[in-house]
Amino acid sequence: MTFTPGPEAEELRAVVRGFLEKRSGEAEVRRWMDTDAGHDPAVWGQAATELGLQGLAIDERWGGSGASAVELGVVFEEMGRVLYGGPFFGTVALAATTLSELGDTAAQDRYLPGIAAGDTLAALAWAGPDPMTSTLRAQPDGATGGWRVSGRAELVVDGGVAGLLLAVADTPDGLGVFAVETTDGLTRTTLTPLDLTRKLAALDFADAPATSIGTPGAITDRLRRALDIAVLMLACEQVGGAARVLDMAVEYANTRVQFGRKIGSFQAIKHRCADMLVEVESARSCAYYGVWMAAHQPEELPIAASLAGSVCSEAYTRCALENIQLHGGIGFTWEHPAHLYAKRARSSQLFLGSPVRHRTRLAELLDIPEVVG
Amino acid sequence: MNDPGQIDQARTDQATVQKLVEEFLAEHPPPTTDDRTLRAARFDAGLAFVHFDPGCGGLGLDRSLQPLVERLFLDAGCADWSARNVIGLGMGAATIHTHGTDEQRAKYLKPLFTGEEIWCQLFSEPGAGSDLAALATRAVPEGDGYIINGQKIWTSLGHVARRGLLVARTDPDRPKHRGLSYFLLDMTSPGVEVRPLRQITGQAEFNEVYLTDVFVPATDRLGAIGDGWRISMTTLMNERVAIGGRGNRRGDGAIGHAVASYRDAVHAGRAHPADRDRLMRLWTTVEAARLTNIRAAAQVGRPTPGPEGSIAKLQYAELNKAVYELCVDLLGDAGMLIDNYTFSQPDLSSAASDAPDVRRAFLRSLANSIAGGTSEIMRNILGERVLGLPGEPRNDRDRPWKDVPRS
Repeated sequence: MTFTPGPEAEELRAVVRGFLEKRSGEAEVRRWMDTDAGHDPAVWGQAATELGLQGLAIDERWGGSGASAVELGVVFEEMGRVLYGGPFFGTVALAATTLSELGDTAAQDRYLPGIAAGDTLAALAWAGPDPMTSTLRAQPDGATGGWRVSGRAELVVDGGVAGLLLAVADTPDGLGVFAVETTDGLTRTTLTPLDLTRKLAALDFADAPATSIGTPGAITDRLRRALDIAVLMLACEQVGGAARVLDMAVEYANTRVQFGRKIGSFQAIKHRCADMLVEVESARSCAYYGVWMAAHQPEELPIAASLAGSVCSEAYTRCALENIQLHGGIGFTWEHPAHLYAKRARSSQLFLGSPVRHRTRLAELLDIPEVVG
Repeated sequence: MNDPGQIDQARTDQATVQKLVEEFLAEHPPPTTDDRTLRAARFDAGLAFVHFDPGCGGLGLDRSLQPLVERLFLDAGCADWSARNVIGLGMGAATIHTHGTDEQRAKYLKPLFTGEEIWCQLFSEPGAGSDLAALATRAVPEGDGYIINGQKIWTSLGHVARRGLLVARTDPDRPKHRGLSYFLLDMTSPGVEVRPLRQITGQAEFNEVYLTDVFVPATDRLGAIGDGWRISMTTLMNERVAIGGRGNRRGDGAIGHAVASYRDAVHAGRAHPADRDRLMRLWTTVEAARLTNIRAAAQVGRPTPGPEGSIAKLQYAELNKAVYELCVDLLGDAGMLIDNYTFSQPDLSSAASDAPDVRRAFLRSLANSIAGGTSEIMRNILGERVLGLPGEPRNDRDRPWKDVPRS
């Protein structure tokens, strides 16, 4: 079995890396992380119109390229590597994936072309620790034939800039997904994220007018699948970031001299770098396996997603924190990029399911019993 | 990492190999063919080591195809020789194939493959463990060969081996890496004495081998005089891949024992709620390591394993220890007991996962991070050879071996 990205995906990687290095270098990342928008709209537009990144995995009939999770994973890996700050995760990994998986053609006709073109910024909103148990509520609106959504989504990735909000909300018939496009009944509160390169907002819905996507009560499996794919995209981002901090640590260990020798020659440093390499390669294996399974063997997706969700986020955190330690004092400064990666790592570790939640789910999927009493 | 042409070629080769194996098995049905006959025919058909040259048990195909071939034969019900001749199959064959003369390949590869000749490895010495290149066993030219004197240790299968992969010092006046030569030793030669070495499990899988005035003909020297270190690297790289590469199916091996131990503990009411996450943390790490092995093995166009084989070896060793530690913990009070410490000399190389008792497996697993290169040496290799970090300053590299201090 081979599940590493193929030659076409690697060609795509080279293009995306070249683009991001040019348009989203550290100086750009730092400039935009201090703004509410968080990104340069010109770069976002270029990513859509020149590289087709937003529409990469969107079907061709909606203006996308119809590529698989493997190719999309490469894009997330590269974005994670440079900490690209645009609302790509909310728009593409969460919203576009949810629209694609839910399969409501009317909603797809309405929203996917705008996402693929780079015109629509979108986000997925839910309340509580897990979208599958969201405590937002939706009720039919007899007057319009639509729905109204209420409740507070305390933490929405890219929720501050998204013009299209997909709210996961409970209904008398079960869980549904609802598109909210107006500002009526919606209050956005910008939050201060630990990771300044990923923008977060709290959203208060007060009878906000909405359209149902798919049928409430009948979308659960499809939504779960969309979330699993998003977990894998997050894992790919984490691999990109972890590989970058390993490079940083090795470069520093090969440059910094103390006690008359490069610090990388000390086993105390070298062995930690070796352990980081093992972490990065483990994470890479799980992420690549996961996106390959998403594309080719969907019945494996739940296990593969939770495997990657737990392994990649812990690997990234360990590497990012180790990178600060290996840099010593300079690694603790605002000026050095080490903290940007550590903050991204810590924050994404808690997003879409903490490692322990993923492991608990894995145990359930593998039928490994819990201890009762 | 892989270029498109190579990948297409690999897919074609997989189909070709699969067809060849099927045809071979149709002609030599495992249930009715004697094992040694079958393996001899398999060698002649080039299906022993498909990445070896034609005539040497191979077809000149890519190394990444070999695991597929092994699996096809095992699935067809053929005997698994990997534990009975682990050194020969895992490391000896590749070393002889890479560095041997035509005569040496013709003489040794086939009986090695059929199982007629078991091999052992005569590398480590009491004074040369991690610092293998410091070894002191001497090989002195005499007539049309060499006289060997010295002591080897940790020799798995030494008590059943017909032949040994031997590294000895031919020139003590040169720096240590440059004064070594590699020999293929007939273990039945006069002066070879194999003594069991009892280990912490009570058994003796390993041996000490005393070599006293043992004669080795020059035709059994592998490669050039002084080239022993470079040739040893071929052996060691293959060893790491052989050790780290075990366990091809999800949940196989040690982690399978851990899941079973956990279920037993839950059933018996002695599991603690915290045990499940500890188990799952190991399960995910083991699975990640397994996937990394598959990814490494699928890299086409690589004639010999690279230093990244050390990733697999390091993870296998450390995880095995952690997994069996959990298994013993899950036994509760019974973890304070063991089945027995009876002395025996198994004629299979064992892995910890072969032990019938997890307490014994736990003890056995403690060798994993020592044998075949310690975990510390693996991290040095990863740091220096893969990541490109500088080596430690050292005082043994450019001095004659005989002038370097030894304990």
